[in-house]
Formats: sequence, structure tokens, C-alpha cells
Amino acid sequence: MTEQISNPKDLLAKAESLRGSLSSGFRDEIVKSLYSEAESIAKRAVKTATDKRYDFDQKVDRLVTSPIFGLPIMLILLALVIWITVIGANVPSQMIATALFWFEELAANLFTAWGIPWWVTGFIWHGVYRGLAWVVAVMLPPMAIFFPAFTIMEDLGYLPRVAFNLDWMFKKAGAHGKQALTMAMGFGCNAAGVIATRVIDSPRERLIAILTNNFVPCNGRFPTLIMLGTVFVAAAFPPVFASFAAAGSVVGVVVIGVGFTFLMSWILTKTVLKGEASAFTLELPPYRRPNIGRILYTSLIDRTIFVLWRAMQTAAPAGAVIWILGNIPVGDINLAQAIADWLNPFGLLLGLDGVIILAYIIAIPANEIVVPTMLMVYLGTGMMTDLPGLTELKHLLVVEHGWTMLTAINLMLFSLLHNPCATTIMTIYKETKSWKWATVSVVITLGTAFLVTFLTAAIARILGWA
Amino acid sequence: MTNNKKQLPTEHCETCPAFTELEQMGIKLDKYDRVVALAGNPNTGKSTLFNALTGLKQHTGNWPGKTVTRAEGGYQFNGVRYKIVDLPGTYSLLSASQDEEVARDFILFGRPDCTIVVTDATALERNLNLVLQVMEITDKVVVAVNLMDEARRKGLEVDIRSLSRDLGIPAISVTARTGEGIHTLLGTVADIIKGGVETNPMRVQGTAEFQHAVNELAPMIEKMAPGVPNARWLAIRLLDGDAKVQQALMSGELAQRVARQQKADVQFSRKMSVEGRQ
Repeated sequence: MTEQISNPKDLLAKAESLRGSLSSGFRDEIVKSLYSEAESIAKRAVKTATDKRYDFDQKVDRLVTSPIFGLPIMLILLALVIWITVIGANVPSQMIATALFWFEELAANLFTAWGIPWWVTGFIWHGVYRGLAWVVAVMLPPMAIFFPAFTIMEDLGYLPRVAFNLDWMFKKAGAHGKQALTMAMGFGCNAAGVIATRVIDSPRERLIAILTNNFVPCNGRFPTLIMLGTVFVAAAFPPVFASFAAAGSVVGVVVIGVGFTFLMSWILTKTVLKGEASAFTLELPPYRRPNIGRILYTSLIDRTIFVLWRAMQTAAPAGAVIWILGNIPVGDINLAQAIADWLNPFGLLLGLDGVIILAYIIAIPANEIVVPTMLMVYLGTGMMTDLPGLTELKHLLVVEHGWTMLTAINLMLFSLLHNPCATTIMTIYKETKSWKWATVSVVITLGTAFLVTFLTAAIARILGWA
Repeated sequence: MTNNKKQLPTEHCETCPAFTELEQMGIKLDKYDRVVALAGNPNTGKSTLFNALTGLKQHTGNWPGKTVTRAEGGYQFNGVRYKIVDLPGTYSLLSASQDEEVARDFILFGRPDCTIVVTDATALERNLNLVLQVMEITDKVVVAVNLMDEARRKGLEVDIRSLSRDLGIPAISVTARTGEGIHTLLGTVADIIKGGVETNPMRVQGTAEFQHAVNELAPMIEKMAPGVPNARWLAIRLLDGDAKVQQALMSGELAQRVARQQKADVQFSRKMSVEGRQ
């Protein structure tokens, strides 16, 4: 009775004709019977023992997702986490720096005593090792505090509430509400945030989420922001308020980043990626007691060690490059200095300086380590013999290299807005399967970074602040 | 992450053989006898269950959409080695977002020996929608009703027997976080694979015309793409005008799909053993 059908075209035609024999709403009927079946099975299986309507979760949710308190609570929680990181990381950073640089001195002296050529000693200890030491000292303590706190929020179930609070803003920007979730993932890691955009069905909205993900600082960039906030912004305030000012400045940067996420989403929606925002349902899961063991594992092993290891892989060669550049003489100065001098006018235009731009270029593979790299260039070119801890850092930068508050703020803005790291760019390529969009993501972010720092520098100078 | 025998906190005493039945094999996937898929709605604890079984540390987070790619791991139960695949959480298998496609393709073409659908006891009705859809694709299904503790706190009582009877497949109550019920679940999975437990999944009947149309299309699909799992489900998708299935059929991809998916599995396992974790 079955007809002989041998090619797919006929099969499709057959399906087509059979569909004609069905009532027009058959599809809805299948789905409907699926749902009603689920309903009746669930009704038979689930018994509500007590009438516990008013449960605790709902009370909390009413507060943290309320139109009035939702956003302020979010900012306060973020500020609290950062503030704890700021006050907690300072002392350990100092101790680690002291210990590691003491060891550098010791090892270098030993090498010299053993008659090993100066350039071997210099390359290994003042180049590669110093690069690693800076990364560990500056990044490890903030990460060891920030990541567990961040993971607790994630485990507790707070992230979907964040998405819920921000959903309407994304919709206004013409983007998908779930972008709030992928943005929240970006705070952990932008590459992970880009992968997370798979939860967005519409290709247009997914692309917007991918291209704008980098505007929120990832775990790799937070330590930089926290350090700049601690060393510079905090110093402008009386000691009592210093830690609050530091945390406040980092929160400010985050808010600016989120602001740019909206702005860029909106611009993309109005230009190259036109369209309407699609609707979706967001499930607010119950709050769950975080599992402490897993939090420590995830935050310390998977996040801290992962980010640190990645940073060190770049820092070691970066340290080596800087040492080499710093030891090739060009006239009276060295090559690193010469390049930095050459880049200086451009740097100043952005409220930065030549060394920062040079450091940024050297650190391109993992640009979250731009600050440690920058410090290495300063130290390498300045021929510093005494080795500063974090408190002497400010002295070095301000007195010897002419940093101002503008430099610090613009560097914070620059590290917030600049292009994605190499891993994220590769991830964008893999997810979009297009070099065009990967390039666009770089152009958008870097363009924004240049424009914003240029404008703040210009405004600050016109107003006579810098 | 090496082979470690883990004592799951159950009520059994230490002399009970159940204590040594489960061996977490982490990512050692060179040899396995059976493949088990983990499906379910987002945020029902699939990854938590996955970690409990494999001893891996797949990231888990309390929000829907945490897992968007598949993760794989292994465990050994009663001497049989299983590969377990943690699929992205989905509400249904009918739409076209990428995470749903990953889940759908694997259940359909990856040919798992058994699929565990993890459900949230506190929102059973919504979760059952997916269970019913998975049951449309495969007979080898077991429902794990997770988060029983949360349900109890909310004053909900789930009658597992009634659920199992209505669905026509085994339903097991588990608490993935503490490991409660995991042995029973794994025993049931083993039984289903061995054929010791007969499943009789409830399926949506539809009208007489609908059944007729399905019965006519299904054999043709089987002929066109030999070895395709569950032609009945594909027939329904074709009647529904599913563009993805149509495309797969037109390009001849459907026939190659099964083989390719299995090849991809091998590659993926290798990749996982290098990366170790997410």
C-alpha cells in the first residue's frame, strides 16, 4: 500500500498533501493536548499539603525586583562586594609584593655572585620573573576575595533577578531581555558571556548581545579597576572615606559600562541590526542555600587560578619583551623609552601617556594585564633600583611619571571600554562564524574607548581640571 | 578527578553493597558501554546530578541557562561503564534556539541508551511538558523528580507512583544535592537498558486523520534514511512543517546525521579530556 517514494522531494510533497488532509489547527491541537496532558498528570501527582501561600521567597522577590528598590539594592550589593574586596586585598597585596620582590633581589644577587652574565640575570629575574611577580601581587588578592563573593550571588539565585530588573531597559534599547543574563555572565568572563548568548533565539538580538558583551568588565579586568580605584581615586579623599570612594569609583565604572551596553545596543538596533525586541519569559528560580565547598572550588580553582594562570602566561613573555626593549640603547635612552616617547602625544591626547599605550600594545593577547605591563615598563625604563610595594606605587606614578587623577580615571575608562581580549575575539568568531563581526566587535569597542577617553581628557583640560 | 569511590550519603548502612556500586570516572571516557543523556528544564539540577555521578566539577549556578553546551563524563555502576551527557536545559524541543537544538539533536541522533529527564518537583506541570516531548522521541526514558526537599518546604507532596503510572515510564524521587535516590535512579537506568523494565510511554494520540498521516509517512522516512531513530517523531515534525527537519531531509543530511553525531561524540570526548572542565 505504501507508494514507492525514492527521493526526498516526493516525501516532502507527500507530507505536504497529508497536511492538507488535517484540520488547519492540528498543530495547535497537538501542543494543546500535550499541555493538557501534562496538567492533568501533574494535578493527579502533586498534592498541596498546606496552604503556604505567603512564602519567604516571594517576600524577598517583591523587594529585590521592585521598581523602586530593585536597582538601588543591586548597586548597593555590587558596591558592598567591591568594598569588601578593596579593604581586604590591600594588605595581602602589599605582603605578596614585598615577599616576591625581596626574592627577586636575593636571586639576582645570587646569580651575580655566581658569575652569571648580567644579561642572563636581568632577563630572567628583572624581566620574566618581575612580570610574573607583578601580576600575582596585583591580581591574586582581589580575585581571591571578589570571586567567592561573586559566586555566592550566582549560587544564591540573584542573577536572574538582576536580569529581571534590567529587562525593560534592554527592551527599550531594542535588544533581548535575556541579554541581561548574558551581560551578567560577562562580569565573570566575556568569552563565557558570548557563549551564553546561545540562549537568545533571534539571530539579530543574539548578535547585539555578542557585540556589546565586552562593555562590562570581566573578572580579569576587575582587579585592575579595583587597584586604580584604591591607589588613585581613594587617595583624593580623607582616609575615613577612602575605601568607600574606591568602591564607589569601581561601581561608577561598572554603571558606565552598563550604560554603554544599552547605548550601543540601541545604536545597533537603529542602524545595522534593525528590528523589534522579541518577548520571552524569564523564570525566577527559588533562592537556594549556596554550597560552600562548591563555591570555594569554583571561585578559587576554576576562576582565580584560571585567570591568574592565563595572566601569567602573557605576563612572562611581556616581561621579557619589556626587559629587552628596556636594554637596547637608542642614543641616550633605551628602545622602550624611545617608543613610549614616540607614542606619548597620542597617549596625552587620550589623557593617558606613551608608556600606557606601549603597555597596552604589548599586552594585547590578554589585555586585562595592561596595568601590570605598564608598571613593568615604568620600572624597566626608569631604572628603578628600589622595589615599590603598592603604597609606593602612587609615588612612582605621580611624582616620577606625572600621573594625575585624569590619567587614573581615563585608564579605568580605557580598560573598561577597549577591545575584547584575544580569547573573546576568537569566541566571537566561533559563535558568529564571521570575521566581519569579530572585527566589528573590536572596532566598536576600541572606537568607543578612544572617543570617550579623548572627550574626557579634552573636557577636563578645557575646564582646567588637568 | 581520577577514579574515586565515593560514598554517597544514603540511609543504607556500610555493609550494604550499594555503597560500592557507584564509581565516579570523571572524564576517563576512552571506553564506555552505555550512553545516558541528561535532559530537563533549565535550573532543575541537571548539572548537580551530573557532578554527583561523575565526580566532575561542572559549573552549576542557580539560574536558568547556565549550561549551553553539552558536557560529558563517566561513571561505573555495577561493573557497567556509562558515558553521561549533560544537555542544555530546555523548556521544550519544538523551538529553534541553539541550546534546544543541541538537546534535541542529541536525544534524536546521538542515540543514548537511556535518557534521564530531570524535573523540578516544585513546578511539575511545566516540567512534564518536556517529559512528554522526550517520550515522543524515545521509549528509553526515566523521570528523575529532583528538588523534593524544596517541594516539601513549599508544602507540596509529589505522588511518584501516580506519576509513573500516568506517564508509563519509571519515575524516581531524587535530591541531587545530597545524593539521595541516586542509587535507585541508576539501578532503574540499568534495568531500562537491559530491558528488565518495560516502558510504555504515554503518547499523544491526536485525531484519526493525524494518526493515519503519521502511519503513512513514518515507513517512508525509514526507507529514505535507514537507521534513523524514531521515524514517527520525524513524521510528526514533517507534518508540522519543521524547516530544520525538512532541510535535513532534502540535503540528504538526515541519513548521514546519525553517523556524524556519533563521530562528533568521540571527538567531543577527546576535547573534554583535554580541557577537563568548562
